[in-house]
Amino acid sequence: MSNEHSMRRVTAIRNGTVIDHIPSGQAMRVLEMLGIGGATAVPVSLVMNVPSKKMGSKDIIKVEDRELTQSELDRLALVAPEARVAIIRAYSVAEKLTINLGDEVINVVRCTFSNCITTNLREPQPHRLKVTQRDPLQLRCHYCGRPQNLSELAKNVL
Amino acid sequence: MTGLITMDDLTNEQILSILDDAERLLPVARGEIYLPLLQGRILGNLFFEPSTRTRMSFETAMKRLGGDVVNLGDVKTSSVVKGETLFDTIQMVDGYTDIIAMRHPRQGAAQYAQDAARVPILNGGDGAGHHPTQTMLDLFTIKQAHGRLEGLKVVLAGDLRYGRTVHSLSHALIRFGCELIFASPDLLNMPDDIVSDLRAQGANVVETEDLYGSMVDADVVYMTRIQKERFADEDEYARCAGAYKLHARHLSDVKKDMIVMHPLPRVDEIDPSVDKTRHARYFEQAFNGVVARMALLCRLLGVTVPAKIEGGAL
Repeated sequence: MSNEHSMRRVTAIRNGTVIDHIPSGQAMRVLEMLGIGGATAVPVSLVMNVPSKKMGSKDIIKVEDRELTQSELDRLALVAPEARVAIIRAYSVAEKLTINLGDEVINVVRCTFSNCITTNLREPQPHRLKVTQRDPLQLRCHYCGRPQNLSELAKNVL
Repeated sequence: MTGLITMDDLTNEQILSILDDAERLLPVARGEIYLPLLQGRILGNLFFEPSTRTRMSFETAMKRLGGDVVNLGDVKTSSVVKGETLFDTIQMVDGYTDIIAMRHPRQGAAQYAQDAARVPILNGGDGAGHHPTQTMLDLFTIKQAHGRLEGLKVVLAGDLRYGRTVHSLSHALIRFGCELIFASPDLLNMPDDIVSDLRAQGANVVETEDLYGSMVDADVVYMTRIQKERFADEDEYARCAGAYKLHARHLSDVKKDMIVMHPLPRVDEIDPSVDKTRHARYFEQAFNGVVARMALLCRLLGVTVPAKIEGGAL
């Protein structure tokens, strides 16, 4: 089955964002990380586990009438760093956005360790997580040094 | 080098060099020689949770070297109780002092403070995280007894889960090729992420519940306090605490030069019968807190400890 066929499983969108090449099975985590859920007013289409030449299988998300911001891209980098993001305007790709996971993730999420100094949200210094490994992703808090629980990160989005 | 937050802030060469400085400062720590290397310097003691030995030994170390100390005092009467952030407290104390020694209940607080400060921060314990100045005095005590740090067999026993002293010490010992045996009740095992880190660095680590059996060919037995409040019921506490109570009769088959250490305070885990044996080192260890912290204060303040220390008796 071609890539084009995979994309057509859901209808083309007029305006919005397409997130392609999400690792298979990770689409729900991407939505969680982006804060897109049942209360979101815009239409969201999601396909999971479709064949991909590059990845074997993948997930795709289409969000209508909403363009991802830089801070949302930074969050996306934590769950799907290899994903491709396209901004759609009038049914055409108007912009391709690059996800960039640097060596440190600053002020995107806060540390998942309950006794970290950064759990006091009145503390003004930035929340900093260091990328200690990329595949699979491993993060450590700059301050307390604790490895991060990736499945809890979505709850700690800033 | 700015402050000392974890042992990773020091190379092995720096550790050994600071321990050498500490060795030369012993007569100053004992009050036999007056050497005001830190005259005119002020240490800020910021202890956000209780401490006896660490706070007092920092204060003694600074004063033995002619420096002065200002204290945060009781947290209950400071601005902290009014809701002041750590960031603001550090901004204030940073302006008053030349160096800060700090203990805080939250993990990561020392690094957080260092990022906010101009002056060096000495981490005197952050939650269950690190306690590197304790590690330096522990290493000093071990080197004093064995003449080296390399290749020793060290048993760490008791509460390894919550005991920050054993976390920092383990990381330091494996850098010197020591073999580590973690003897603890299941509930108080060394945290998995620390064991994984140590093994990833090539450490030879054994985990056991059998303290007495693991002491036979050990060079160091490092005891820690098992706290009652960690257990759900008293029977379980009594069973565990009983298996980690060292008595002089347990020392009959150990190596002659094996030393017993403890960060203190102890409760029941070392019977007073051990105190008079050749193996007991915990009171010297507590004293060494002064000399190790003297050497660290000098190093972080950029003050060179003279190669030869003599004269100037009080």
